[in-house]
Amino acid sequence: MAYEAVTNTGETLAVAETHGWNSVISDWSADKQTFGVPWGKAMMWIFLLSDIFIFSCFLIGYMSVRIATTEPWPDTSEVFAMTIAGQHIPLLLIAIMTFILISSSGTMAMAVNFGYRRDKKKTAALMLATAAFGAAFVGMQAFEWTKLIVEEGVRPWGNPMGAPQFGSSFFMITGFHGAHVTAGVIYLLVVAKRVITGFYDRKGSYETVEITGLYWHFVDLVWVFIFALFYLW
Amino acid sequence: MATAEGQQHPIKIYLWIWFLLFLFSGFSYGTDFMPDGPLRTTLILTFMLVKAGLIIAIFMHMAWERLALIYAIFLPPVFILVFIVLMTIEGDYTFLTREIMFMFPG
Repeated sequence: MAYEAVTNTGETLAVAETHGWNSVISDWSADKQTFGVPWGKAMMWIFLLSDIFIFSCFLIGYMSVRIATTEPWPDTSEVFAMTIAGQHIPLLLIAIMTFILISSSGTMAMAVNFGYRRDKKKTAALMLATAAFGAAFVGMQAFEWTKLIVEEGVRPWGNPMGAPQFGSSFFMITGFHGAHVTAGVIYLLVVAKRVITGFYDRKGSYETVEITGLYWHFVDLVWVFIFALFYLW
Repeated sequence: MATAEGQQHPIKIYLWIWFLLFLFSGFSYGTDFMPDGPLRTTLILTFMLVKAGLIIAIFMHMAWERLALIYAIFLPPVFILVFIVLMTIEGDYTFLTREIMFMFPG
């Protein structure tokens, strides 16, 4: 596979090695930029790496307080159950939120694709759909928090169901994730507006849409871990 | 494929991954109706890792990136696994200490 890298000054360089450790060595040792991607994309990935560590610390903190507590951990299946039309369904709201976030990831992936095809209308429409899914997610999370605080009496320092560490872990982890989703919705709206006004046509590149997509998919990725480790475990 | 023009793949692949993510999320939710035990824990972790892999590889285009970028992003989190092991040991120690101390109130 022929491969070309563009330097900071716009020159094109041929890169010899395409696979294996040799390609890593040639990329890092050659006198040029290491990552053959737009700088914004490399920076977003590095930001996401830092975010991986932040969420890992939260989840590891949750793990260690859950191991260390001598009181029973509240049964998340029951805490987050909902009764609809007389039917008691465990974890229903969380399952719906999961499917909403996955749908938003799907629409985002398609938006990136249409962006590179220079289809402004479809790109913007799919990004707005993604933002709408994200807003719906945050709305349901607000509903969930309200239910937990008002009806179940969960506080960061205690709750009637068992281990007090449950509340602090829950508010910390889902709070930070919700903040990320909220920031993502704003980010999506800003970029979608620029798609509509033709900003990226004038710039000559739709890579910003892909970079926004990276952030959005990451938010979905974090939820996959939260759903499995906090809600299901 | 990762040229200056950016990532360009058939739309079909995204629809497929989308479908698979729905399917595996359904399976994940299904584990909530299983009895607790090693099987349930294994399934939770398996579905989680499959979903994470699909999102990273296809939706985030990591499968088509250069190895230098892949290693730069995915080697550092290996230390998180070490952190998990350390905090499991620490958590168990705290738990045992509490169990012993709470046996003798006052």
